[in-house]
Amino acid sequence: MSEDKQNSPGLDPEITSKLKEQAQALVEQVNAGDYARAMTLINDLSEVRDQSLYQEVGRLTRSLHEAIRNFQIQPQNPEQQEALSKMSDASDRLQYVVEMTGKAANRTMDLVEDAMPRANAMCEQARSLRDDWQRLRRREMAPSEFRELYGRIDRFFESLADDAEKMYTDLSEILLAQDFQDLTGQVIQKVTALVKEVEENLLSLVVMASHVDQLTGTVHELKEKESSIKGEGPQMRAAERSDVVSGQDDVDDLLSSLGF
Amino acid sequence: MKILIVDDFSTMRRIIKNLLRDLGFTNTDEADDGNTALPMLKTGKYDFLVTDWNMPGMSGFDLLKAVRADENLKDLPILMVTAEAKRDQIVAAAQAGVNGYVVKPFTAAVLKEKIEKIFERIQ
Repeated sequence: MSEDKQNSPGLDPEITSKLKEQAQALVEQVNAGDYARAMTLINDLSEVRDQSLYQEVGRLTRSLHEAIRNFQIQPQNPEQQEALSKMSDASDRLQYVVEMTGKAANRTMDLVEDAMPRANAMCEQARSLRDDWQRLRRREMAPSEFRELYGRIDRFFESLADDAEKMYTDLSEILLAQDFQDLTGQVIQKVTALVKEVEENLLSLVVMASHVDQLTGTVHELKEKESSIKGEGPQMRAAERSDVVSGQDDVDDLLSSLGF
Repeated sequence: MKILIVDDFSTMRRIIKNLLRDLGFTNTDEADDGNTALPMLKTGKYDFLVTDWNMPGMSGFDLLKAVRADENLKDLPILMVTAEAKRDQIVAAAQAGVNGYVVKPFTAAVLKEKIEKIFERIQ
């Protein structure tokens, strides 16, 4: 679009100079009373318009083609390269992110749910042993009770070693379950790059479309969008926005201001 | 005390289920959107509803309104646990009769506090 820069929004300078030239000629012919010649000029003028329209459409088509070509995936597989676009791939990729994060969350929760009762049991056993141990130190324990305690301590150490080891394994598996971040991060970065590319292409399409509008003299009436109370999902940069709460404290303040 | 957890993401349902269990609420069921939840609620088996807002099918906000409009369910306590953080939305939920509103990401302590507050007010 570099050729547009020097001229007021939109038109090809070649075309604008042609338009000026012909308009002037038209005025001259009309003033001179040569209407037949004037009609021919009007025809020429509309031809210029059509021509520039074709040019824009041509550019649009090339851009579209380029955009579509840019969306190809898997360069190592030429057949698929023809058939698949990056767009459908992007939704597959994002689906993959959903699956990966879901899998990681479930794996982590499996391990946590598995480890929690064990941690609980360890805690309870340790507490009960501590209480009995203190009774022993205060010499409040009968010999038979002591023998029982002796056995329990023995078993506790045994299971403590096993349980702590299992706990360690669980924790390191939880750690490993976070490896999705690397993979999903890469995928999301790729998709983000694609979205950016699409945005740029769309932007040039919009610019081109506005050229076409300008050439054809079309004016669009834009309807105002009605706002509705719809779910939007997580808000980004909540702290910078006044229409969005930045956390639970904000929600609580808002609700209490409503009498909650 | 039977609680229905409504969220389209199974992991979030699982997290809430676990947190509720830690709070002593072991009797929970799950639904993945308002359309699945509403018939379950209409059986009259539930004493408490925890719902997300943004779900395919029927949203949590529509579910909230449907529950309040139902003669048999209108007094059911509802806690919204959602990523929706616009002031308008929170005000709308409050006006529609929500009993508590928790924004994601949340902590176990916040969830506990809101649930306890709701029960306090009911009793």
